[in-house]
Amino acid sequence: MIDVKRRVFLKGSAAAGAVVAAAGAGLIAPQAVLAEWNEAAFRSKTVADAIKAQTGTDATEESADIKIKAPEIAENGAVVPVSVSSSIAGVTAISILAASNPSPMVASFALGESTVADVSTRIKMGKTGDVIALVQAGDKVYTAKKEVKVTIGGCGG
Amino acid sequence: MAKAKSSIKLRAKEKNGVTTVKALMSHPMETGQRKNKKTGENIPEHFIQEVVGEYNGKVVITTSWSGGVSKDPYLSFSFKGGANGEMVKVSWTDNKGGSDSNEVKIKGKK
Amino acid sequence: MKKTVVAIAILCVVGLSSTVVAKNAADTTPAQDIETYRSYFTKKFPGVPLQEFSNGVYAIDKVSRDSWEAIEEFPPYEPFIEEGEELWNTPFANGKGYADCFKDGPAQRKNYPHWDAKRKMVVTLPLAINECREANGEKPLKWKVGAIASLLAYMGYESRGQTTNVVIPEGDADALAAYNEGKSQYFSRRGQLNFACASCHMQSSGMHVRTDILSPGLGHTTGWPVYRSKWGNLGTLHRRFGGCNKQVRAKPFKAQSKEYRNLEYFLTHMSNGIEFNGPSARK
Ligand code: HEC
Repeated sequence: MIDVKRRVFLKGSAAAGAVVAAAGAGLIAPQAVLAEWNEAAFRSKTVADAIKAQTGTDATEESADIKIKAPEIAENGAVVPVSVSSSIAGVTAISILAASNPSPMVASFALGESTVADVSTRIKMGKTGDVIALVQAGDKVYTAKKEVKVTIGGCGG
Repeated sequence: MAKAKSSIKLRAKEKNGVTTVKALMSHPMETGQRKNKKTGENIPEHFIQEVVGEYNGKVVITTSWSGGVSKDPYLSFSFKGGANGEMVKVSWTDNKGGSDSNEVKIKGKK
Repeated sequence: MKKTVVAIAILCVVGLSSTVVAKNAADTTPAQDIETYRSYFTKKFPGVPLQEFSNGVYAIDKVSRDSWEAIEEFPPYEPFIEEGEELWNTPFANGKGYADCFKDGPAQRKNYPHWDAKRKMVVTLPLAINECREANGEKPLKWKVGAIASLLAYMGYESRGQTTNVVIPEGDADALAAYNEGKSQYFSRRGQLNFACASCHMQSSGMHVRTDILSPGLGHTTGWPVYRSKWGNLGTLHRRFGGCNKQVRAKPFKAQSKEYRNLEYFLTHMSNGIEFNGPSARK
């Protein structure tokens, strides 16, 4: 029932193709899925500390092969839709950080071997700042960022 | 009252060999930073810490969250494989030890 | 608070140069009003198809529409639809249920609000729901949030695709009076800040007020109930009316008061021809 009446919007899903191809070729490493909630990463007060705690290194590389989908201007900082996808081979984990939040690390996703590097969630942002995507593949850490302007903060009331 | 409902609404759809799962969970996702307007005290942290997605009993994604994920959180992920009628399961655990899970059949080509 | 006043003061410059609707509510007919009201917006927002006006501010603002579309991927109101369906199917203590009151099923939006000639009053869907409960020995539900909003979400969902068609029965002076009362309310300035609904949702539609872009008043009744992220909950149309009154520091009327029912009667009539698409998500 629900399916028939749901609102449907037409949109391109350009990123999906490339990602699927990578998965199809079996390039995604069979890395074990993380388990423990990474206290240190989530409690870090700076982006640099959070990245270090999440990945064990601060040697990151900016990558054009990461796509962040997030609004230019957040309608409401309490609910900012964010999607991260990547065509990098062998992605084992994706993290999302909100640079200007008091604790920047918001979410991290550990991917299984058949899992496509394409995740979406909705995050809170207290004020304008970068949304940073962190993509781990092999022993490399790639990043990309996108600025989101926030007019109504999402951390207060 | 009506029977207890899952706190997770779940959909899974297979297309061209990839199954996309979308989940919407009911949870307050309190950061611990918000003040109770009446008492002026901080509302204690209460948020989902981990969400696990499984397909055919195998974990395909483990998600860790902070209270920085929005109230009534949303998660979408995709994996290669999946066929009409097969099961996908999503479960969450929060920082107070609360948990819930739900399962759904994949919709795809028959 | 101070900020609101400043933002609104800017708006005041635009003012209410109301050539749009006659000074006296009774000077024009309901049919003429629809014509005037609708063409006001279709001229102001040329490129926006009539049906799109059911989407509030998202009909006219691309930036906020992007976030909204992402949220509609799995909208926060969906669990409420399911809850409403369960409520609909749960019998009352006397064994009867909503289906005994609403004989042709849950898809009821097209029938409301309507003029009840016998009782000489406007009957809205929430009112009919509570009257159904009371007729069956059940307590009425609270008007603005909770179970009633969930029921309305389910009924609204089942009504998607129906078209707004509020009739002001011809020759019924009382019905016309109720309609005109709603209309006067829409165009009357109220509150410390001296604003009418029309000041914001006609003259200033498309403009910024603080962090909001004002939505066009056309289609304002079609998307309810609404999950507002700001509320973190699903709420009813009259809850919104109250919020808008408070914004200009006017004392809100009670949900389902005669004032708000008449306002809903007028405002829904203005949206005749636009499809119902509730429930909806708003920021
Ligand atoms: C000071 C300006 C102001 C006045 C006066 C005002 N509103 Fe609003 N109204 C807003 C704002 C701001 C919003 C939220 C943004 C939007 O959707 O326009 C809103 C939203 C609404 C919505 C929800 C629209 C949607 O699609 O979600 C309705 C319905 C509404 N107003 C009706 C009214 C009515 C009826 C009145 C008169 C009783 C009124 N408003 C008076 C500012 C105002």
